[in-house]
Amino acid sequence: MSFLRAFGSCLPDRVVTNDELAPLLAIEPDWIFSQSGIRERRYASPTDSVATLGHKAALDCLHKASLEPEDLALVLVASGSPDRFCPGPASSIAALLGLPLTPSLDLPLASAGSIAALSLASRLAPSMGHILVIGSEIMSRRIDPLPENRNTAILFGDGAGAAIVSPDTGFARIADSCLHTDGNSADALSVQNDRIHMDGSVIIRHATRRMPQAMAELLERNHLTAESIGTFLLHQANVNLIIRIAQTLKAPIERFFANIQRYGNTSSASMLIAADEWRQAHPEPLAAPIMFSAFGVGLNWGAVLALPGAEHRPETLGQTFEATRERLRQLEEKAAAKLRPRTAAAG
Amino acid sequence: MDRQSGILKVLQAVAGKTITPAPDESLFTSGLLDSFALTDFVTGIEAEFSVSIPDSDFSARKFDSITKVQQYLDARAK
Repeated sequence: MSFLRAFGSCLPDRVVTNDELAPLLAIEPDWIFSQSGIRERRYASPTDSVATLGHKAALDCLHKASLEPEDLALVLVASGSPDRFCPGPASSIAALLGLPLTPSLDLPLASAGSIAALSLASRLAPSMGHILVIGSEIMSRRIDPLPENRNTAILFGDGAGAAIVSPDTGFARIADSCLHTDGNSADALSVQNDRIHMDGSVIIRHATRRMPQAMAELLERNHLTAESIGTFLLHQANVNLIIRIAQTLKAPIERFFANIQRYGNTSSASMLIAADEWRQAHPEPLAAPIMFSAFGVGLNWGAVLALPGAEHRPETLGQTFEATRERLRQLEEKAAAKLRPRTAAAG
Repeated sequence: MDRQSGILKVLQAVAGKTITPAPDESLFTSGLLDSFALTDFVTGIEAEFSVSIPDSDFSARKFDSITKVQQYLDARAK
């Protein structure tokens, strides 16, 4: 099993409002809001890097998880706006964390990277240990604020989010996940020559269908309904997209957490920044399932389902049942052995 | 109902009002469609004409005017 243990985030200080951006794009501030639901976004300072923002989000997340960097078994970093083409920011963030040996891998999937990393982490944590997932982006360096680029320039902002997936304890159990890729429309969303290119119509067409499909896939597989999901934490791409997805799933829009109004679309960082804000506002034990979903370059998309569940820290269980950790392991093995013949017969 | 009337019917349903753009008028430049409305428009065209439009055919360029949509449907019918 794997558990969501904590989230973290880092937002640059500089606030860029629609009033500041609109004249550069020869549009009205209200037009930006009507098209995207965004009122302001954050831009990194010249001294910030994708690695330093990611590092700060990682420290925030580790603090909330009561873990030290050396407790980590793996670091996964999603970014579509790395400081250099290769290597990506993962190794730099690991170095900033003081980790000279811990494997640290990049997922260069703008917007979709965090959902991919979260899904992979949920499958790797049981065998590896605590996994730090980071989404870090400085998208403001991938856009030109010119009238001909207004469709992308109005959307993007900078920031970093983080999550820790643990094998033994957390506030929610990751029950299932799915990832999908369709490369046939890869050119519709790309970062080339340091600039983001987006065919908005194609991306909206795909995102409005693919994200609900991914979430429906998990709901069906786990015998749940959209109505039973307490909170949807989606990639913060566009408020109108979130509304459209809520309508498709027939789920109340109030259950879709949104902070895009204040941060814009921070690509791979957005879902984890949203998750961190949501968790800070709701620190109580989880009462209902949460659903993550994102869509981005590739085209890649996916979803992750997490359920309320008691924490399964071996030390806590051991105290409850007055058993040593080794005794718990033996009992677990014994139970698994009993189940094996039934599973074989069923197959 | 001819194709042009069917296309206009879908367009009006998406716009939520009675509109009569010229056959060659750009639906995007004129502000009648945006990225979200185009998705609804193409879905409506699929239903109205009982066709399945593959993702690879989906682009604002192909559905930018009533004439272009008509040409696309004509080509599909061949």
